[in-house]
Order: sequence, then structure tokens, then C-alpha cells
Amino acid sequence: MSETAVAGPRTPWWRRPIGFNLLTGIVLGIAGWYVGWFGAHAISAESLEYFGDTDYNELSVYLAYLGGVIGFLVGLGFLNYPIARLRGYPPSLREKETHGWTRYFGLCTDHKVVGIQYLWGIGLFFFIGGLNAMLIRTEQLSPHSQSFPMGTYLTLVGMHGTMMMGMMTSGILGPFANYFVPIMIGARRMAFPRIEALTFWILMAAGGVLTTTIFFGGFPTGWTGYAPLQTQANPGMDNYILFFALVGVSMTLLGLNMIATILTMRAPGLTWTRLPIFVWGVLSTAVLMVLAAPVLIAVLAMGALDRTAQTSFFNAAAGGSNYLYQNLFWVFGHPEVYILALPGFAIVLELLPVFSRKPLWGYRLAVAGLLGVSLLSWFVWQHHLFVSGINGDLRPFYMLSTELISIPTGFTFLCGMMTLWRGRIRYSVPMLFCLAWFFNFLIGGLSGVFLSDVPSDVTTHGSFFSMAHFHYTIMGGLVFTFFAAIYYWVPKMTGWELHEGLAKIHFWTMFIFFNSTFAPLLAAGFLGQSRRAPVYTGNLKFLNDWVSISAYLLGISMLIFLFNLVWSLAFVKKPAEANPWASRSIEFQLPSPVPVHNFDRIPVFSSDPYGYGEGPAPSYVVPAGAPAGRD
Amino acid sequence: MAGQPSAASPPAESTSHGLRVVLAWLILSAVATPLVAIYVGPLIPPGNASTQATEQVFDNTWMLAVITPVICFLVVFFAYALLSFRAAPGGVVDGPPLRNDSRVQVLWMIATGLIVLFLAGFGTYELLQNGAGGGQGPDPIAVPSGQKFQVQVIGQQWQFTYRYPSLGGLESNQLVLPAHTYIELNVTSLDAVHSFWAYELGVKADANPGVNNVAYVQTKDPTTFHVRCAELCGLWHPYMFNNGRVVDTSQFQKWATQQEHLYASIKPFMDKSESDGGAPYSKTYFPQPDRRAG
Repeated sequence: MSETAVAGPRTPWWRRPIGFNLLTGIVLGIAGWYVGWFGAHAISAESLEYFGDTDYNELSVYLAYLGGVIGFLVGLGFLNYPIARLRGYPPSLREKETHGWTRYFGLCTDHKVVGIQYLWGIGLFFFIGGLNAMLIRTEQLSPHSQSFPMGTYLTLVGMHGTMMMGMMTSGILGPFANYFVPIMIGARRMAFPRIEALTFWILMAAGGVLTTTIFFGGFPTGWTGYAPLQTQANPGMDNYILFFALVGVSMTLLGLNMIATILTMRAPGLTWTRLPIFVWGVLSTAVLMVLAAPVLIAVLAMGALDRTAQTSFFNAAAGGSNYLYQNLFWVFGHPEVYILALPGFAIVLELLPVFSRKPLWGYRLAVAGLLGVSLLSWFVWQHHLFVSGINGDLRPFYMLSTELISIPTGFTFLCGMMTLWRGRIRYSVPMLFCLAWFFNFLIGGLSGVFLSDVPSDVTTHGSFFSMAHFHYTIMGGLVFTFFAAIYYWVPKMTGWELHEGLAKIHFWTMFIFFNSTFAPLLAAGFLGQSRRAPVYTGNLKFLNDWVSISAYLLGISMLIFLFNLVWSLAFVKKPAEANPWASRSIEFQLPSPVPVHNFDRIPVFSSDPYGYGEGPAPSYVVPAGAPAGRD
Repeated sequence: MAGQPSAASPPAESTSHGLRVVLAWLILSAVATPLVAIYVGPLIPPGNASTQATEQVFDNTWMLAVITPVICFLVVFFAYALLSFRAAPGGVVDGPPLRNDSRVQVLWMIATGLIVLFLAGFGTYELLQNGAGGGQGPDPIAVPSGQKFQVQVIGQQWQFTYRYPSLGGLESNQLVLPAHTYIELNVTSLDAVHSFWAYELGVKADANPGVNNVAYVQTKDPTTFHVRCAELCGLWHPYMFNNGRVVDTSQFQKWATQQEHLYASIKPFMDKSESDGGAPYSKTYFPQPDRRAG
């Protein structure tokens, strides 16, 4: 048990960038890309000529990016540990668990460093996805196609959707679960620290793959990548396939790591009914990730084979079916939207007791709600295929199952609302975001009622109504709680406060302009505006202009947040209190930022962290003779 | 640690918050629900151009009427809770440690369960009458009785073609339908997945290669309607739209004759329809495997 980080021998400044870090990762990544590219050209020139029913060599795109990703991971140092073990060197259990900024730019096995890496990495791609949204709204200012060529517009739509769906899947589990789950369960690390780092760097590599789709002509399918169109699309489609497959790998590993950690590494006394509800939310999400993401990888592998090796999984002429793609994609896709939504539920339930100064009401019901959503989300996917012409007789079942899922969702509402009831509510910024969640998710859920009902869905399906619906649930449900978590936990993670005035301006502008952007789109959908189309009937121009201007203002609201983040964390650097919210949760009993090895001794839990009004806060005092840390 | 929270006052409070919320909710929803059902519901598209469209409006009106009290409850609850239970300025004070109330839980489960079962039952009933205008696949289960006028819709990148088997296989790029008739739409595609959306008629059916997707719609008085593609199908998907017409039977005959005259020169090269003693028209088509577009 080595508590102090050992500083290595001093290296001269010019040698520090050389080694296993982001820089070498990028260099080896580029090298690997070219190895794959030229290698694939050599192969297909010799023996696989028949691949080329197009002018493109699709195989070279796949092999180039695979080589690039492998080179990137090798350059970051992911092979060092296995090679060292193969050569018989003693294992180094942990890597770069020191202080100093360089640990953020490489393989680091400290879960707190990975959490912060995730926060900035995902933030970067969230920003790019948001810029795409601004460009989409620019095109929508006019009922005719005006700002971008049609292919560019479809690529923008596809990149926005894919980036947000792929990256924000880990939006809360990546930064906040990686950082706080080990602390909340009284552990010093995740179960698999190297895999934890791997999930992050694979996700960043995936982001690079998707962003460079623009060099291969983009892709025309939107984030769903429906199959006959996918098979005929240009090589930018291969970037989409590889991106989502890499995200799938990252999700599966992240989920497995979370499940293993929560199941096996809870401190003494932390029984299932004392677990913070956030950890329950992470667990239910992680189960979905592990079960759903492999389906995505499989369906994309089929798509890649259809595109390169001329298989015919999705080609009706040769015995395939596009329904195979649609079914498999949504078997992943519907749990996926709950992977996005469930951490939001958990954050709301975790934060409400702190700011209402009351225990979490109906703890078991809240857990049942999270697990119930997680279970039911497997039985609803065909509501995406209500008018597709498949299984006419299954539609009543999927209508029922889709509406049933509102019951466990309602548990979350009830527990949250009853926690507020007769509380002592403080309107701090994280609390404002949580309250906004109720508003947004109510509209998102009730608009979902129209989509789950087949007769009503006939008109709303594939229109802006369904687009506005899922922005209400995902942006209103996930992104709002993402910001709640940032304002709640980032002072703890960095040790510096965020400016509260700017945060309040950010909240109010975001809440107002979010609603002003998406509420009119519900109407636009009912009035007949088709999704993903920059061309619409003239009577919808006013609505669309209104929405575009609101979207720009929403973008400005995000810039206010970004300014606050950079200004507070890089320039003002006002030290944060250890427990600014008077929370009883264990992470706020530790100093800010949390020390490298979290606890001197493993804590012992005697209650859940929600005992507000039930006597003095638990001290998490470790009695003499308690077990010491396991490593 | 920022101020150890002091213990709360005893939980027994004289004011009956619950009763107030319930009363306010009952009053608000008693006023709001009929207003929404009577004045807002009928304004919801797609309108009154077909039986299916009317049914959808009816369906939407009922759903609005069901969710209005739900919205009212949440509005009343949050307005009351957020205003009444604000923390007093100053130090952090804990509230009463209420952890559970099984009566509230049971009540909530019964209420949400009943709403859900009602909506699912109502939706199923509406759906099974005639399919509500949605595509039901090759073997429709909700088939309206009586004579139906067949029209085939063939989607391709990036246009719809309409074929009339009863008019000797007449093909047109305009959709013209006779008024007050039950139409059977057979939707298929030649390449990617499209979705045939006749907005004012309340019809939507995906066009899949190799699949015949059937939807039923009963036209009413003569009118015009928009047709657009509702599934992303490639580069020019946004421009995949045109207008259709519902016309009187006499006008429809006139239009058909006109079209037959127009296409007389290519007619000999087309398949004969079943009624003319020829082979039945193919209801499905397969895409060209090597064709690339978009």
C-alpha cells in the first residue's frame, strides 16, 4: 500500500513530450493509418478486385482506420503492461497516478483523472455536435435549400445526431460515474483501471474517425444509418460504421467495469439499500450498455460486410432484408435512449434530497423505477417500425409496452416530487437544472404518448414532432442533468468554484431558449414538416425562423457556460469549500479536490447518505481494526 | 463543512398542504380539460380530408383530454411546492425526515396504471377499426369491409410513381383519387427505404424494396393534399414531394381517359393488368444490387 506518489527521476523539459502520451499516440495513429491504407490497397489490387463495384476501395478505409486506432492506443502505452508481463517484468499496478498536468494527456489509471479526461473529451465533441446543430438551423432559416449543398446538409444532420448519440452515451457515466462511483462505494479505484482508461481513449479515437468523415464525402443516412441507403452510400459511411462500432466497444467495456466495480468493491456496511441512488442509476445503465452495445457492433459488422465483401444481409434482391437492419438497430437503439435518460433520472434523485434537505422519498420505489425502465426498454423497440409494414399484428403489443414504460418513469417523478414536498428548498444552480428536468421530461414524456399511439403516430412518425420529442427527453433529460452534475460536482473534482452569477444566467437562458427552440418544433411536426429535410412548405417559415433564432440564442447560452468554465477554472481559481452544498454524501466529506488515493482507510457505512433531518451527518469514521485498503 | 444543519421543527404541521393541492388540481382540471378537448383538440392536424384523418383528430383529442389533468396536477404541485417550501434565508435547515408513505405509492401506481391501460386499449381499438391509415405490411390485419379501389405507390430515388391496376395499369406521377371511396394503397420501393406520407389524408406507409406495404384510406369530399417522403432516402430526399388531388368520380374518369390517351404510345410495351387477361402486376420490386446513388 503505497500512499505517496513517487516522483520519477527528473527528465529534461525537451524530453518530456517523448514517451507514451497523447503526442506519441497521435504520431503512431497517423503512421498506423497509412500502414492500413497502403496495405489494403496492396491486398485488393492483387486478389480482391471484385470488391470494387464502386470507384472506391472501401476495405482501405476500414483497414486504415483500424491501423490508426491500434497505433493510437499503442502510442498511448496500452501495450506496455501486457508486454512487460510477457517479458517477465514485475507488474506495475498503476500508471501515472501522480500530480501535475501531464497525467491528463496519456494513459492514467486514476479514476479521478479519467473522469476529468472524459469531461473535457466529451465536452469537445459535444461542442462540435452543437456547432453542427447551429449550421442545421442556418439551413432551416429558409424553406428552400440555400446555405449548403444537399450532401453537406445531410452530413451535418448525420454528424450532429451520431456525435451526440455516440458521445453523450457516456456523457454522465464517463465523467461522473468514473469519478464518483468508486468514492461513493468507498473504493480507491475501479475494478479494471486500465480498461477504464481504454474506454476513454477508444472513445476519443472514435470521435476522430467520425470527424474525418468529411474527407470521404460524409454520409447521407442520419444517425440511424438505414441499410439499403447505407449500402449504397459513399466511403464516408465507413467512418460512421467504424465510429459507432468503436463507441459500442467503449460502451460495453465501460458498462462491464461499472458492474464489476459496484458488485464487488463496495465498502463494509454499504448494503444494497444504503447505496446512493446515483450508483443504482449507473448500475441499471451499465447493464443496458453491456447488453445493447454488442447488438450495435454486430449489425454494423453486417453492414461493413455488405459494403466490402458483397454479402447480402440487407439486400432484398439477394435474400436479405432491410427489416433485419431496422430491427437489430432498434434493439440497440431503444435501450440506447434509456442509456442516455437513466443517468439523468439518477442525478435528479441524487441531488433533490441535498437541496430539499429531506431524505430521498421512497428509496425502494426509486430503485424499482430505475430497474423497471431498464427492463422494459427491451420490449418497446418496434414502435420505431409502426408504419414500416412489419408485423401488423404486433403493433398493439408494442403500443402497450411503450405506454407501460411510463409507469416506472412515473416512479422517478413521484419520488422526486415527494422529496420536494414539505422540504426546505434551496434554489442553487444544480437544483434549478434538476427542476427544469421535471418540466422538460414531462413534455418529452407526454409527447411520447402521441408517438406510442399508432393512430396518432401515423401523422407524427418521421416528422419534426418525433425529433422535438426526443430532444425534449434527451437534451431536456440528459443534458440538463449533465449541467446539474457539472455545477454540483466540478468544484469537488477540480477544487475550484464556478462563478454562480454566470451559472444562473446560463441556466435561465438555456431553459428559456431550449423550450423556445423545441416547443415550436412539436407544432411544426404536426403541421407536416418532415425530419432531416431542409425543404418545407412556405407556411412553416415563421415557425422555423423563430426556432433558428432561438437555437442561436441557445448556442450563446452554451458559450456563456464555456466562458464560465474556462474563466473560473483557468483564471480566477477560487478554492472551493469541501462541502459547499452541506451534503451528507461521502464525496463531500473528502477535501477538494479528492486526494489521489481517496481514503486513508476504507470507510465503513452505517446508513444511506440521505438522512437529512435525522440527526447529525454521518462522519464515516473508521473504527479501529477496520479493514485497510485492498491495494 | 459549511454549517452543520440544525434539526427540523417537529414534522406535525397544522396546514393541510395535500388537501389544498388536490382541491386546486380538481378545480383547474375541471376547467381546463373540457376547454382543451372542445377547443384545442379539433385544431390538431391532419384535419378532415379522409375518414382516417378525422379518426386521428378524434384520437388526438382524447389523448389531450387524458393528459390535461396530468399536466394540471404537475403544474399545481410544482407551483405549490416550489413557492411554499422555500428555505428561509440564513443557515441550512433540514426538513422533516419523511421517507415513505405506502398509500401515496399505491394511489400513484393505480392512477398511472389506469391511464396507461386506458390509452393502450383506446389506441388498439382505434387501430383495429381500419388500420388508422398506417402501413400494415403485406398481410393487413385491420381490413375495412367493402369494395376498395387499388392504387400502387412505387417509391424510388427520388420520386413516387402511382399505378392504377383497375385502369389497365395506368402509371402516373400524379396521385389522383376518386372522392368518397375506400382506397387500398400498395406501397413498395425500387431501391432505398422511403415513406409515403399523404399528409392531409392521414396516411403513412414505409416503402421497402421487396415488400408490399398495404394501407387503407377512405376519401371524403374533393380536395388537394401533399405527398412527401418521410424517411431519409438519400441526397434529394427533401425534394421528394408532390401534390395529390381527390376529385369527383366523373372528373376522375375524365382524368383517367386523358392519361390513357397521353400514354397510349407506350401502353403496348407495358404489362397487361389482371382484368385484361394478363399476368398480375408485381407488387414488389428488388433493388439493383450494384446501383449507387446519394
